[in-house]
Amino acid sequence: MNRAPGVPALELRGIDKRFGAVHANRGVDFSVAAGSVHGLIGENGAGKSTLMNIVYGFHRADAGEMLIHGRRVDIHAPHAAIAAGIGMVHQHFMLVENFTVLENVILGVERGARLAASLAHAREELKKLAHDYGLEVPLDAMVSELPVGVQQRVEILKALYRGAEILILDEPTAVLTPQEAAQLFQLLGRLREQGKAVIFVTHKLREIMAVTDRVTVMRQGAVVAEVATAETSVRELAEKMVGRAVLLQVEKGPAQPGAARLAVQDLEVRDRRGVARVKGVSFEVRAGEIVGIAGVAGNGQSELLEALAGIVASSRGEIRLNGCDLVREELDARARRGLGLAHVPEDRLRMGVVAAFSAQANAILGYHDRPAYNRGLLLDRTAILAGCEKKMAGYDVRPPDPELRLASFSGGNQQKLVLAREIDADPSVLLVGQPTRGVDIGAIEFIHRQLVALRDAGKAVLLVSVELEEILGLADRILVMNCGEIVGEVASADATEEKLGLMMAGVRGEGHA
Amino acid sequence: MSATAKLPRWAELGLLPLVNLLAALVLSGVIVKILGESPWAALKLMSAGAFGSQEAVGYTLYYTTNFIFTGLAVAVAYHAGLFNIGAEGQAYIGGLGTGLVCLWLGAWPFWAVFPLAVLAGALGGAAWAFIPAWLQARRGSHIVITTIMFNFLASALMTYLLVNVLIRPGQQSPESREFSAHAVMPAAHELLAKVGVTFTATPLNLAFLLALLAAAFVSVFIWRTRWGYALRVAGQSPDAAVYAGILPPRIIIGAMLLSGALAGCLGLNELMGSQHRILIDFPGGAGFVGIAVALMGRNRPLGVILAAVLFGALAQGGSQLSFDMPKVNRDMVVVIQGLVILFCGALENVFRAPLARVVAMFGNRGGEE
Repeated sequence: MNRAPGVPALELRGIDKRFGAVHANRGVDFSVAAGSVHGLIGENGAGKSTLMNIVYGFHRADAGEMLIHGRRVDIHAPHAAIAAGIGMVHQHFMLVENFTVLENVILGVERGARLAASLAHAREELKKLAHDYGLEVPLDAMVSELPVGVQQRVEILKALYRGAEILILDEPTAVLTPQEAAQLFQLLGRLREQGKAVIFVTHKLREIMAVTDRVTVMRQGAVVAEVATAETSVRELAEKMVGRAVLLQVEKGPAQPGAARLAVQDLEVRDRRGVARVKGVSFEVRAGEIVGIAGVAGNGQSELLEALAGIVASSRGEIRLNGCDLVREELDARARRGLGLAHVPEDRLRMGVVAAFSAQANAILGYHDRPAYNRGLLLDRTAILAGCEKKMAGYDVRPPDPELRLASFSGGNQQKLVLAREIDADPSVLLVGQPTRGVDIGAIEFIHRQLVALRDAGKAVLLVSVELEEILGLADRILVMNCGEIVGEVASADATEEKLGLMMAGVRGEGHA
Repeated sequence: MSATAKLPRWAELGLLPLVNLLAALVLSGVIVKILGESPWAALKLMSAGAFGSQEAVGYTLYYTTNFIFTGLAVAVAYHAGLFNIGAEGQAYIGGLGTGLVCLWLGAWPFWAVFPLAVLAGALGGAAWAFIPAWLQARRGSHIVITTIMFNFLASALMTYLLVNVLIRPGQQSPESREFSAHAVMPAAHELLAKVGVTFTATPLNLAFLLALLAAAFVSVFIWRTRWGYALRVAGQSPDAAVYAGILPPRIIIGAMLLSGALAGCLGLNELMGSQHRILIDFPGGAGFVGIAVALMGRNRPLGVILAAVLFGALAQGGSQLSFDMPKVNRDMVVVIQGLVILFCGALENVFRAPLARVVAMFGNRGGEE
């Protein structure tokens, strides 16, 4: 490919896309230079995924054109995108878990019928790539045995092996430890040196500042800004994304902890295969404090939260809620809720809501058999509707339409409804998992304020989050989990991202066994 | 079903089934044409056969009654996320319950036999659904497989009972003796005569009203009660159910008991209402038609009633057609029914995307929100 200098590697002109009534992209112009890392930010629903899916051929634009190195191209399917030199690393990896790295890399681009020849060829090729980019991965290891950070490198290798000149990374740091993220950023630097064009899609502003050369901000389907990263700031970008000034730091006074509400002693949880996922964890959450549990996803936090909520059984230890031993009493999720244990689950769409139901049907999930919502044998439709309207008004759920299917709400509004449901039940302990996952910045601010308000009202809050910033901003005490154990406890005043990052990687912190 | 195109409610519930039905009829017409008959004449014969006279309507609604019961059975299970293929067997065993009550308590007055016959039918069907439900809930055995197997078990059991136990002494065909006059469902023409309306004598009977009542009950139960709510949550998302403190195993068993009970009511129409004896294979495939009825009726009671009327009309009009058009024999009528099931059930998404485009086009032009 002969390239004129100054011609962008990828240029989009006037891309327009509608899904029914939703105008997902409005005349988007976007260009990325070769040898640069270009950030693409925007709230959920701002249209960045749509735009990238158009580039990668998952969707077709209604209008507009796409140029690669100055030449018009027609990308109608992902294989056309790959042929045009576009590679994409999805947030959820597209790897076959029980194939080796090498097999994954050649999948779909085997040369001829004989596998051995393809594998040998790929091995040579990959060695060269690994050398050029410092992308060392064990080629013969099973993908399922590799840490997430390494799996992501396999995805990047896959794209490079297919000759990608333009690489799209969709929320690449969501699953990484801070250290793994730092390694990824180094890699992006090398890709830039080699003349690749990297598009970095994220909602984490600090990463944009750390790694990109230029950044494009989208809001409501349109590009609202395109600036050199060096000439902007986190605050400015956040305001552009949301369209108004945003409070990035949660404002809260010092905690005034009272009596222990939730006390966990030597808790062990095993998964279905009998593997211990939570290994003898002890801690307590007192009234009027937020205790944060930090950790890389998959280190037992999810299992801990579900065991506390009564969704999975624990195999050892005790859970006391206001003195009552929930394990010995064999209380299930329903009974625990009745005792004042509310739960905002980590995976909202899988557990916290029924996407096909209306908002008002979701607003009673878990509370549907309460007398307040029933009149004799029948559900009290008036009370349910009124309850939902009240929650929607109190938590600014938009649009405030109780009849609307839950799936039609944005992630942030879904989460606000879940939060409203759980907090309105007036619990003494609230378990919250990933409260702002898939939630836009405007709603994040709101949700954080609600959690702090709940704490100030004397409730005990246990917060599990993989977003370190969130833990640092909200929690009064921070417990770090690694491989199912609590490896340390830090008061939020002493906590730094580096310190927590080390503990999350398994380096023991002070004070705790 | 997140990947499928979205349609407005009216199009989803009204237009799409209609388009599917039309496609099935067009294809059936082609087949009739190939057979050398006029499709138009065939359609006219069929509709006249199904709705053209009091007798036709009576028969159509009599078949409809069976399909409402089995359609509701499939729909209730569906809302709990279960595919009950076993309505046929549940109807068979439920009918046994109804039949035994009618045989044993034939000397009792009708008002005493009636509730017991309903109860026995429901209990029989529920009992036959319970075992697959229990196996699914506690052992994870797939309910589709087990309910299919239970159809065969029901069939074998009933054949044994009818040949060896219940057969009327001195008779060759495997049937029980006839129910006494007390243990017979009042026919529609008798009931109508009491209010001064003359209606041709047909097998249509009181069970039709029971079927409509059952549909109303299902509607209220599924959408207006906390148990129905729990059932729908478990059906939509077992994880959300567990989160909400709803126990999916209990829902599985409860939903299947209700499903089986509804299917088990078929005997009220077929045996107590029409045949007045227990005979071999009396469900006659209504359990399977119930699957198509539920699919086409979008698992909503009103939809089930409408779809049941359609299949009732196909059954009645079809037999009329095979009678009047010798080239279109009974098997061809089954083919036509099969096409309707194919288009309304298995291929229902074929027209969804084009239809969504058309609807969206008109919607945009009309300036819809």
